[in-house]
Amino acid sequence: MPHWYETVIEVFKRNEIRLVTYVPDKVLAPLIKAIEADDYFTSFIPAREEEALGIVCGGWMGGMRGIVLMQTSGFATLANVLASLAVPYQIPLLMMISERGTLGEFNLGQAMVCRTMRPLLSSLGIETHTLSRRDELDFTVDRTISQALATHAPAALILSPLLTHAKRQEA
Amino acid sequence: MTVHAAITTRLSRFDLTCRLVSRLKNGEAVVGGIGNSNFDLWAAGPRPQNFYMLGSMGLAFPIALGLALAQPTRRVIAIEGDGSLLMQLGCLATIAERAPLNLTLLVMDNGTYQITGGQKTATHHGADLVAIARGSGLADSNWAANTEEFENLLDTALAADHPHLIAAKIDGAPGRETTDRDPAWIRDSFMRGLGTRE
Repeated sequence: MPHWYETVIEVFKRNEIRLVTYVPDKVLAPLIKAIEADDYFTSFIPAREEEALGIVCGGWMGGMRGIVLMQTSGFATLANVLASLAVPYQIPLLMMISERGTLGEFNLGQAMVCRTMRPLLSSLGIETHTLSRRDELDFTVDRTISQALATHAPAALILSPLLTHAKRQEA
Repeated sequence: MTVHAAITTRLSRFDLTCRLVSRLKNGEAVVGGIGNSNFDLWAAGPRPQNFYMLGSMGLAFPIALGLALAQPTRRVIAIEGDGSLLMQLGCLATIAERAPLNLTLLVMDNGTYQITGGQKTATHHGADLVAIARGSGLADSNWAANTEEFENLLDTALAADHPHLIAAKIDGAPGRETTDRDPAWIRDSFMRGLGTRE
């Protein structure tokens, strides 16, 4: 069975997702490493998540599909730009969020900011799926991307520790 | 290099925007930042390749970077105010690192958050956005001290193979008109203008 990030890359390619902007994260590191090593992708690190979102929105309007990779805390900085750019302009902004703050978090700030993530996505009406099972990974990522593109709507894919097996953190 | 403290003449945002638009003959994409940058772009005349932001303050340059990467054979210009750029300074370093062939950045610096009541920005107190851009790695960043300099810098930028930033100290005139307020229409029209939606 392929690693989770290998499946994700395969699905990105199937859907012609070429532009990847990200703010680094330890759990995302193997996905980032594989994307950076693959000439299919244009990938780089903006200074913050808002900027990463703006670049991918601009890229899509220019005909290049993309996705933003980030951690839970980075997602929490995006409320205004989701509400004033991606959602009202009907841009199929794709986000993959590495979930921190749950299932063994040691950092209270991460745990608290994690609680804001799904309510924010829900209140903006953004299609959201949590990726926790390898056997459903290909289907869920593929169909979430294809629906976002077909309906011109943003979508969020949350990478659960159940999928990524993030290292157990000692307090 | 002109330093901003030495500039005494204030230029007109609407006039500079018209000088830009008059040069665009090849379907160049233009991204207008929120507020008066946008309003004067709208007032300078309709173009199918104009994108008008109705929020997401600070993202004109990042949106333009995405466009420039997606369409490397089309020139992309972004117009941003000083308050907006101060909110997203990191994007200058990102653009310098990516160095797209086809991106030109314009900064309209009036030293105030004009739309919200004229509160003073950091540029009023001395922050020099051209120096910040150069320090971020955008070596071809310059102040246009007058309209002739602006036009010369613009002609150079629009023929260059790497990003240029041109900043101007502008007067306090408000935007001439307001843009349409329908984001879905703006986006759809823009994409049809770019040929990415039929």
